[in-house]
Amino acid sequence: MAQITYTDTTGDARTVTATVGDSVMETAVRNGVPGIVAECGGSLSCATCHVFVDDADFAGLPPMEDMEDEMLYGAAVDRGPTSRLSCQIKVVEEMDLHVTTPETQV
Amino acid sequence: MSGLLIIGSSQAGVQLAVSLRALGHEGPITLLGEENHRPYQRPALSKEFLQDVITKESLIFRTQEYWDEHRIRVVKNERVVRIDKHADGSGVAHAISGAQFPFDRLALTVGARARRLPLPGADLPGVLYLRNADDALELKARVPAVQDVVVIGGGFIGIEAAASLRKLGKTVTLVEAGPRLVGRAVGDETAEFLRAHHAAAGIEVLLGAEVGRIIPRAERGDRVGGVEVDGRTIPADLVLVGVGVVPNTELAESIGLACDNGIVVDRYAVASDGVTLAVGDVANQPNPVPGAPDGDRVRFESVNNAVEQAKVAAYSITGRQEEYAGIPWFWSNQGDLKLQIAGLSSGHDRTVVRRDDARGRFSVLYYRCGRIIAADCVNNPLDFMAVKSALAQGASIPPDEAADPATPLKSITRNDPR
Repeated sequence: MAQITYTDTTGDARTVTATVGDSVMETAVRNGVPGIVAECGGSLSCATCHVFVDDADFAGLPPMEDMEDEMLYGAAVDRGPTSRLSCQIKVVEEMDLHVTTPETQV
Repeated sequence: MSGLLIIGSSQAGVQLAVSLRALGHEGPITLLGEENHRPYQRPALSKEFLQDVITKESLIFRTQEYWDEHRIRVVKNERVVRIDKHADGSGVAHAISGAQFPFDRLALTVGARARRLPLPGADLPGVLYLRNADDALELKARVPAVQDVVVIGGGFIGIEAAASLRKLGKTVTLVEAGPRLVGRAVGDETAEFLRAHHAAAGIEVLLGAEVGRIIPRAERGDRVGGVEVDGRTIPADLVLVGVGVVPNTELAESIGLACDNGIVVDRYAVASDGVTLAVGDVANQPNPVPGAPDGDRVRFESVNNAVEQAKVAAYSITGRQEEYAGIPWFWSNQGDLKLQIAGLSSGHDRTVVRRDDARGRFSVLYYRCGRIIAADCVNNPLDFMAVKSALAQGASIPPDEAADPATPLKSITRNDPR
């Protein structure tokens, strides 16, 4: 089983069971987790699904591609060292990922 | 109390329902769709979904658990054909099935439909449109058996579908009546860049081309066989038509709402009766871009607008007047190209082209009276994001400095008073 824990800037955390193959963005949006907008539906066009990945989990993710890296420079809240666009993180077997959503996405 | 009835489980309809709950609105909400599908996202239909990169399930907006938990009643497969509405905005919607949906307040998020091609042969099997999920499913079902495809219409849908079909190995001809691709949505330089790219990818692009008729196959007269373009016949096993959309204003007209290229709404997404809301592709609204001329009106066909205007409408319903926030933006993924557009370029008096062929990047910045108003960016998210945030902040990007593609736009963006 895979699960994602989304924490907002006030510390409110919500853990959602995720389906392998979905993205971390899709998992949030379909379950109504606030803090992830994802206007473009995951086509890497809007940078409104920005998350800060927990330090301990970040290194275990596949590296990001150039396009994602560049989009992150335009995120509404400035990127940090573990920033990712959650539409580009695929859920895999046994994933137990912790991310923090920024104060705003737009 | 029957609450809010949202007709159209579109991007705009879904966002309106979701935003209302996020704002703490407690009243009943019914989200009514005429298609026999759960509410889904359309943009990928011409791109990742057509190319089999993603599945149908990933188009679904929200889980049933989400709708249940937020007490949003989602109804599919009900087509409203008549509305009885009282002066206070309440009434009853009647579906073709005979079902009735009473409401205290009505929101129309009914979108637009594909414009039909008024040509001989356009009703042959194998002549398809691409607007909704059923269109996309039919197209996908036919794709394996066809080789020669003619796409009529060089707008975003036509180009995206042509690029997707080319990626799937089809022989693709893209036929556009106008002198360049994409009409007014992008400038000349961008249109030519797109044309050259798609031609190099193997799509035959015909501009200024007149389609005479669609020709049945010789041995099987009940199917499409070709398209007559400028007097010659281009073979086609499949014809895809993308010649624009028509806003679905019939229901609005039937209840007396002012319509003019869409349902006429004010800055708060309220229609001419002062109570009914209209949002998304169907709504004709005052141009929300800062600095737009007074009285200028626009009807957007974009996800960004559906989302932002739905938020405005949600505020209206909760009794707050909040104007549209943000700069309009658009995207179009075309094969290997990612086109992102920030702002509206109409009325520009100067363009600055930033081209880096070695890295495959291309941007055009649009200026009016020395101020940046928009940008088309191809495979260039840094430029897109820099212009989008400059527009949102009212900042300036000096055109002379921007002309060097090696200069990051963010580094020359200046916050200065308008």
